This record gives sequence, structure tokens and C-alpha cells, in this order.
Amino acid sequence: MESGAELVGRLQRICGAEHVLTHPDALATYRSDGLAHYRQTPLAAVLPGSAEEVQAVVRTCFEVQVPWVARGAGTGLSGGALPIADGVLIVLARLRRILSVELDDGRVVVEPGVTNLAISRAVAPSHFYPPDPSSQIVCSIGGNIAENSGGAHCFKYGFTTNYVTGLEVVLSDGSVVELDRDAPGYDLLGAFVGSEGTLGVATRIALRVVPRPESIRTLVAFFDGTAEAGEAVSAIVAAGIVPGAIEMMDRLSIKAAEEATGAGYRLDAGAALLVELDGPEEECETRFEEVMKLCRGDGLIDVRTARSEQERELIWKARKAAFAAMGRIAPAYYVQDGVIPRTRLSEVLRRIDELAAEYGLQVANVFHAGDGNLHPLVCYDAGREGEPQRAEELAGLIVKTCVDAGGSITGEHGVGVDKKAYMPAMFSEADLDAFQRLRCAFDPHGLANPGKVMPTPRLCGEVPGPYRQHPLERAGVATRF
Amino acid sequence: MARQIAPTSFDAALAALSGAAAGHQSVRIVGGATKLGWGRPEDAPEVEIRTAALDRIVEHNAGDLTAVLEAGVPLARAQRQFASAGQMLALDPFLGPSQEATIGGIVSTADAGPLRHRYGAPRDLILGITVALSDGTIARAGGKVIKNVAGYDLGKLFCGSFGTLGLILAVSVRLHPLPVATATALGVSDDPGTISRVAITLSAAPLELEALDVAWRNGRGGILAQCGGAQARRRAERVARVMRKAGLGRVQIAGQDRELWARQRSGQRSADGALVRVAARPSALDDVLRAADACSATLVGRATIGHSFIDLDPEALGTLANRLPRGAVPVLLDAPVEVRGAVDPWGPLPAAPALALMRNVKARFDPANACNPGAFVGGI
Repeated sequence: MESGAELVGRLQRICGAEHVLTHPDALATYRSDGLAHYRQTPLAAVLPGSAEEVQAVVRTCFEVQVPWVARGAGTGLSGGALPIADGVLIVLARLRRILSVELDDGRVVVEPGVTNLAISRAVAPSHFYPPDPSSQIVCSIGGNIAENSGGAHCFKYGFTTNYVTGLEVVLSDGSVVELDRDAPGYDLLGAFVGSEGTLGVATRIALRVVPRPESIRTLVAFFDGTAEAGEAVSAIVAAGIVPGAIEMMDRLSIKAAEEATGAGYRLDAGAALLVELDGPEEECETRFEEVMKLCRGDGLIDVRTARSEQERELIWKARKAAFAAMGRIAPAYYVQDGVIPRTRLSEVLRRIDELAAEYGLQVANVFHAGDGNLHPLVCYDAGREGEPQRAEELAGLIVKTCVDAGGSITGEHGVGVDKKAYMPAMFSEADLDAFQRLRCAFDPHGLANPGKVMPTPRLCGEVPGPYRQHPLERAGVATRF
Repeated sequence: MARQIAPTSFDAALAALSGAAAGHQSVRIVGGATKLGWGRPEDAPEVEIRTAALDRIVEHNAGDLTAVLEAGVPLARAQRQFASAGQMLALDPFLGPSQEATIGGIVSTADAGPLRHRYGAPRDLILGITVALSDGTIARAGGKVIKNVAGYDLGKLFCGSFGTLGLILAVSVRLHPLPVATATALGVSDDPGTISRVAITLSAAPLELEALDVAWRNGRGGILAQCGGAQARRRAERVARVMRKAGLGRVQIAGQDRELWARQRSGQRSADGALVRVAARPSALDDVLRAADACSATLVGRATIGHSFIDLDPEALGTLANRLPRGAVPVLLDAPVEVRGAVDPWGPLPAAPALALMRNVKARFDPANACNPGAFVGGI
């Protein structure tokens, strides 16, 4: 085993000394991702400038059996890009070329460091790339692939996985594999997207893009409470309408967002429902009229429709600002990402209210109402004795409430380090073992982003052949399952 | 003659599979038996597990647009139930002469029809999966909510795995509203270049089509564009104008379009000839049409996705292979067994690293190599 200094020297020869960071000050930026309360300083952060350099870095790590973590823009909200102490952080920020735009084939090919929004810009004005996580201005497509990112428009348009048609992936042994949607064989592309950086690192990405909708109509309806707004959502879905986006905010998040943006949201409302329809003009108009009618049920206070692009942007501004605005309510918050079957919304929100009262904490709710993806924001003050712990416990109970209702612990943020402890609430030991089979097929040495997703460290048994003790096992760090 | 087992419970299915694997017997899993000829013709299996008795529609959550189906549920039956709530599972492959294709078989073969244009393939509609593995495990991945990123997406891994990784017991799926009305605009041309150009124009237009198909037969082809929704007819009229302007002839609108699309679906299978599925760049459609024409073949396909299904005389397979555009990926689906034995139906082997990875996956999920051995890509 060579020393850290020797490894750093090799990485410098691959990427150039200026692209290998080791000084604690230089590494400070990279100690955490968007979930800043998890921090770790890696041995080095390397910024390769080409796919070949990525491959050489990964191969070097393999040769010395040092684990590594790939990082895009670091906006992830589950600690998926949290570095490993004594490991290497591979930062893809320099790989930001758009390699080709082929609109006749409805396709673009990009490097992993390209931002999500840059893809839509590259194919504008005729086309766009639908998955639109809130961080789309800065988040990278490589990170979107790792997390299978969604966004406000995925109820209608689907997720990252529905748009990736090809990948060039560097596996943890440094070999390069092409995964193509149309190639015969196992759908390894489908298995890779959303694997949170644990199966390899994508260095080239082919994506499907689609025509930009002809017409977009947006409204925000204000209701007495979330139950009434939920009824409107049910009515819209039951009418066979699939809005481009359908987002709900509760009283607390309306208050925070309105104070931050002055977007004109009604502070006397218990819930705001943002509905956006898009599509061919005639269809959009007809359906929009229907949605307006369906919103006029019990508990409606007011409906506002956007009459211009500026008004539409204003309506969205409040929704998009909701997370950041929460600073006005409390100095800190835990954001959860649980999913429930949409029809259980009222009962789950009631349960969250009960839990919040029990814990003496405020919980704001902002969610993708079409697909039941909740984003409860558990507010707390770290300066108050015991409050962070209470908030974390409450956040955990909310996740479990979602699972008990038949849902999921995470809809779009990923498991990472943040939710791995909740995996057993959703999956049995046999299920986790099946996940590990896939992991071992791609990365038998466990070098790619170890310690994420799975609730406990696991190693890969050899298939087939005699048992050999893994170095981590010898060191007592991990056990075999 | 294979020993046939038709388990009536997940545990019985697991016992059948793991028992056979422990006894070093090969297992083939059979749903509606409509696609048994696909893949490499392997040795006759020693055990055949039939999913016919695993046929419960476990859940249909209309308000959530989801359902949970056991593997042996015939898709046609599930669709009738979904339709009663104004919904559908947006998968419309050819279901066999008596509509016996099961959801398990469709997922295992990743089979899809014209609706793939808008809604995707089984991989895009599957939310969760329950499988039995040959070493005696029942495992679940995904969930039954539309949005979920917890754990690895094993559902996709099993889509199109041809029963080589394990036995699919149940799947949860996303449903969509049935369009309140549909109308199809169609037009014809005998010039592959014109058809290809119109297909590209329609693909790039914000029309939100349910399906955009192409057809070719006897030196003449056509394009079919289905609009679905409250304003289907008006939208189809708009599509028809685009078609006329772009040079298609005999442009018309079919309000009753069920038969049209049934023909497209049945064109994906060949009863006595050879059926090759070709994946190519959508912009290479004209070359694919010319290749089919050179073989006197019939073609149906998805214009925007670039998938074509070419029905031809097995004698012409060599000609087709030579004429297809560069980068096209052909897979032989239907063909007489002697033809499938003489060529590799999966086409050229994948590159070594990809094939090695597939073999690793197979070894991890089916270490006994009991599940449909030899039928898949690279002899997996």
C-alpha cells in the first residue's frame, strides 16, 4: 500500500498539479454537498479535464484500492457526494462540453459537468429537457444521472431515467463500458441511473429531448386548508387530466415564501395549489377551463391565472423560493423527501401535524401533489438545547409515516448517507441483499462511493471461487453478509 | 419433455425454482407462451414454470394511477379493469392470437407497441418488482408510488432479461388516463425520403401525439399520427395539414382508428417468415425503409424512437443485414427454429466490457445458471 503522498503524486501526473487539491483550505468547499451538516475531508479532490483522465484516476484508485466519490455540482440533498476520509473525490466540474446537438434524432450528447439548464438552452427554442430539479441552474447532469433527479414537471414528463439513452461509464476497475438503450442485453443503463455513484462514474451522456410545448397555462388556487386543496387534486386526476406540474404549499410555507418574494400569495389561505398545464393549444385551453371548474369546490378562497409570462414567473417564484425562505421561520430545518400514495395525503398531513405538535416543532409542507412527493421542512433552532435532536427524530418519524402509508423514504433526493438508516423500514434483508448483488456485479471491491445507500457496510462474496478476506474485513471496518 | 409446474403462490413458485436449481436443472418460465421462439434456441428446459395461476390483479389504485399485478395476469384482462376506471397501462404490444400475453412475459421481453412513442417501454412504466431468485430468495425492489428513488432499480434490470435472472412474481405499474377520444391522421408516399422527412417534422413539432408510426409494404409507405384527448379531432386536422404540406398523399383522418393501430401491432410479429427488430437513428428511417424494400419486406415502426419491425422471407436476412444503415442494431425475433439456430438472433456480441458486466450480473442473480440458460445475449 503506497502512502497518500504517493497517490497524490500519481493523480497530479494524470490531471496536472493545479487540478489536484490537498490543502485543507482548498478542500473546504468539497467537504459536503447540499446537505451541509454531513462533512468529511477527503485525501484529495481531483478535477480531471477529460474522460480519459477520469478513467486514469479511477484506475489508479483501483490499483491502490482507495475508495472514491464522484461529485457533480454538489447540490445533492442526501449527502450522496459526501467525501470519504482518506479517499479521493473526483469532481466532474471541468467536463462541461456539449458534445453534439442532434435535433433530427431528438438527442443531445453531453459531458457530466454540464448543468441541467444548459441542456435545455442548447436545444432551445424548439426543444427542451424535461427533468427540472429546483437546482437546475447549477446542478450537473452527471449528478442528475446519479440521483435519477425529478422536479416539478415529472408527474407528466417523467424522471431522468426516462430520458437517458446512452452512457459511457468508467467502472471501479478503470474499464470503460458503453451502455445504450437500444443495445441487446440487460438494461444496465436503467440499473445505473439512480445508483447514486455506487456503480461507476458516467463520463459521456446521451439524452432524449422533446419539443417544447406550444402552450402553457398556469394558475394558483388558494384554499382554506390542505385537505380542500387535496380534494381539488383528486378531482383533476380523476378527470383524466395530467398537469405539467401540480404543486401544493401549506400555510407556513406560503407565509415564508410570500414574505421572501412578495409574489402576491394570499396569507389568509391554508393551502396554495399551483397548477400548470402544457401541450397543444386547443387541448391546453379546454383542459385549463376544466381545471378552473374543478378547483371551485369546497374551501376555495381565490384563483389567480397567469396572463403573461411575467405573471407565470411570479407564481413560480414563490414556490421555488419556499425552501430558501424558510430561514424566515426558523434558523435551520431538516427537509424530508418521502412519497405517499397521493390519495393518502390528508391522513398523512394530519399525522404530520400531530407529530409536530407532540414534538413542539413547526413543520412546513411543500410538495409535488400529483405524485405524492412530500417535502416536509422540520424547522428548528440549533441554539436551543436538544432541539436539533428532536427535529431529526421527528423527521425520521415523518419518513416512517410515509412508508407505513405505502410510500417511499425518498422521491427524488436519494438515499445517500442521510436516509440509509431508513432503508430497512422499506426493504427486507433479502431485498437489500438483491441490491448488493447488483452492486457487486459492477464494483466487487466496493470502491465507488462506499458507505452510501446501504444501511450497513457490506462486502461482496466471490462468485464463484474460494473465500478471501477483504482488507476492510481484516481491519474490522465491514462485515460480510 | 420438460416437467411442468404451475405454482399457485409465491412460495410455491420459489420452491419450484430453487428446487430445480438445487437439482442442477434448467428452468424456463412461461407466461402466455406467445414469445417462446424469441432468443437463442436453447436446449429443452428440464423444468417449465408456468405463471398461469399467479394471475391476481392485486391492487388497482385508481386515484393513485397505480396497480400491482401478478406475473401471470393477461394484460388484456388488466386493461379491461383499468378501462372501467378510464385508465390504461400504456403498453400495447401484440398480445397473441387470443390475447394471452401476460404482464410477466411482456416485462421479461421488454415488448412494447405504438404507445411507446409517448409513454415508453415496460422499463418506463414499472414502479416496482417482486422476484424469486434461484438460490431461494424472494426480493422486492422499487415500490408502488409513482416517484421513488430508494434502492437500486432492479425493475429495469429485469425488464427484457428474458427470464435469465430469476422469476418475476409481480410488478407494480404506473397507469395513465385513457384519452377521452382519439383520432389518427395518416398519409402515404412511395418515397422513403419523404416519409422520413415528414416523420422528423412531426417528431419535432409540439403535437403531443399518442403514437407516431410508420408503415411500409409493396413499395409504398405511410405515416400514422394518433392524437388523444378532448380535442383529438381538431389536433389531427392540424397534423393532417402538416402531412399534406410536407408532401404526403391521400392524407385523411380516421376517427375510428382502432383497426389501424391493431394492424400496426400485429405487424410486429411474423407467423411464418422472419421478424427483425431494428433500432436505428430516427433520422436514418429512409435508409431502413430502403433496406426493407430491397428485401420485399413489410415494415411497421416507431418513427421518433427509431424502432422498426421488419417482416421478411428468412432467405433475405443476409440482404437486410448488408443494407441496413451503419449503427443500426438488428435483433431477430420470430423465425423458424433452424434459422434461429444458424445465426445469433441477438446480432453481433456486445463489446467485451459490457458483456463481461452482463455475465457478472447473471452470476450474481442466478449463480446456479438455472434460469433459461443460453437463451440470452452472448449465450447467457
